[in-house]
Amino acid sequence: MRLTVNGTPVEVDAPPMKRLLDVLREDCSLTGTKEGCGEGECGACTVLVDGVAVASCLVPFAQAAGASITTIEGLGGNHPLQVAFMREVGAQCGICTPGMIMAALPLGPKPSLAKVKDALAGNLCRCTGYEAIYRAIRSAWGEQAPT
Amino acid sequence: MRTALSAFHLHRPRSLTDALRVMREEPATVPLAGCTDVFVALNAGTPPGTHYLDLTPLGGLARIAEKDGVLSIGALATYTAIIKSRLVRQQLPMLVAAAREVGGAQIQNRGTLGGNVANASPAGDTLPVLAVAEAVVVLRSAADGERRVPFTSFYTGYRASVRHPDELIVALEFPPVEGKQWFRKVGTRAAQAISKVMMAGVRSSRPRLALGSVAATVVRLPRAEAALAGGASIDEAVRILSGEITPIDDIRSTAEYRLAVAGNLLRAYWRDTAVTVLKSD
Ligand SMILES: Cc1cc2nc3c(=O)[nH]c(=O)nc-3n(C[C@H](O)[C@H](O)[C@H](O)COP(=O)(O)OP(=O)(O)OC[C@H]3O[C@@H](n4cnc5c(N)ncnc54)[C@H](O)[C@@H]3O)c2cc1C
Ligand code: FES
Ligand code: FES
Repeated sequence: MRLTVNGTPVEVDAPPMKRLLDVLREDCSLTGTKEGCGEGECGACTVLVDGVAVASCLVPFAQAAGASITTIEGLGGNHPLQVAFMREVGAQCGICTPGMIMAALPLGPKPSLAKVKDALAGNLCRCTGYEAIYRAIRSAWGEQAPT
Repeated sequence: MRTALSAFHLHRPRSLTDALRVMREEPATVPLAGCTDVFVALNAGTPPGTHYLDLTPLGGLARIAEKDGVLSIGALATYTAIIKSRLVRQQLPMLVAAAREVGGAQIQNRGTLGGNVANASPAGDTLPVLAVAEAVVVLRSAADGERRVPFTSFYTGYRASVRHPDELIVALEFPPVEGKQWFRKVGTRAAQAISKVMMAGVRSSRPRLALGSVAATVVRLPRAEAALAGGASIDEAVRILSGEITPIDDIRSTAEYRLAVAGNLLRAYWRDTAVTVLKSD
């Protein structure tokens, strides 16, 4: 089955009902996407499918056929969101971080706090208490937007 | 334990006709829409079947359109599509309100209205809205073609409906709704929490009310509705409501709590939909 992962077309041979999460981690060796709960609750496995945030633990591989997938690896390491999470200490244990960043990515630059909270409502963090995460996302492109 | 998924069969239909043929020839086929219910079951090790049918290639089933005043929302329309739709915002704001309360963004981007209806959980957030909007479920099968069932007679019991095993839900239809629309969900937190109690209401000369999570299926409240239509006080209506529902204790709430919340929701509906805010009830 053909799909595009982080801009590169790939051909993957995996069972159609295999979770996109496992296809990415096992077949594509992209282990940046994490499994927290495996039931759609925590958002750790969030990736973008054609630009839309989804929980990859709830997506059968067949439904990603032909789609363009973006994972945390696709951001390259120096993306403004990644830099801001480091600077603001938006990550502690780090298990939620790739999902947080992927959920924030569709927001674009300088989102309001309300928009950030909305976009991240499906992402759980057991460490930071969220404030540092919100701060990182809102300041990633320079000065924070007004609330 | 998680289910081993590699042995499962998945059919990707080329057309609705093809999909309906599979439903007919393989009666145990499980349709897949956004998978936000099915994959939770798979990941929990309780697979609903071994043969699956992916509905997502049938893009026509995601359409939202209006014809002669009737709003039609395709079974595959996602919560995000519903929230964004100008038509739904104009004609059915209470459905938009319910859709906004489902899960987080990741669930809203994938979960569908048809999936919420077919899944038939008494805690489905859109179901009280469909009940007060007097929606019609449009079903289709290879054997019987298309048939329309009023939503209020769709469910027959806990997780049971009149849908035949070979039928697909293709759309939900909504006649124009007269009056002010209202929806409120009470849960442990705003996102991702299964509802403890939710209520939808329409305020007009014929008040309509429905509650979710207080019975085996979503319920309309004909006695409380009739009382309000006949000019009863809100205290009287709340008293009637308490005799009309018999919620149960479960892992999420007690019966007593649900009864108290249902009464409070009825008061909030009556207050929020009052024509003038000064008029006290
Ligand atoms: C983290 C999380 C949070 C959630 N929060 C909420 C919430 O707040 N409120 C709420 O109501 N629900 C919630 N849900 C449940 C779920 O998201 C909804 O019920 C959703 O609408 C299901 O739609 P789907 O397209 O994903 O269904 P699927 O999982 O694809 O299917 C669900 C069921 O419907 C059947 N089905 C689907 N489409 C059709 C069709 N067209 N014809 C016939 N049968 C069909 C399937 O065979 C299956 O039995 C949540 C789920 C998760 C994982
Ligand atoms: S692992 Fe997918 S949402 Fe938790
Ligand atoms: S940093 Fe540990 S869960 Fe968020």
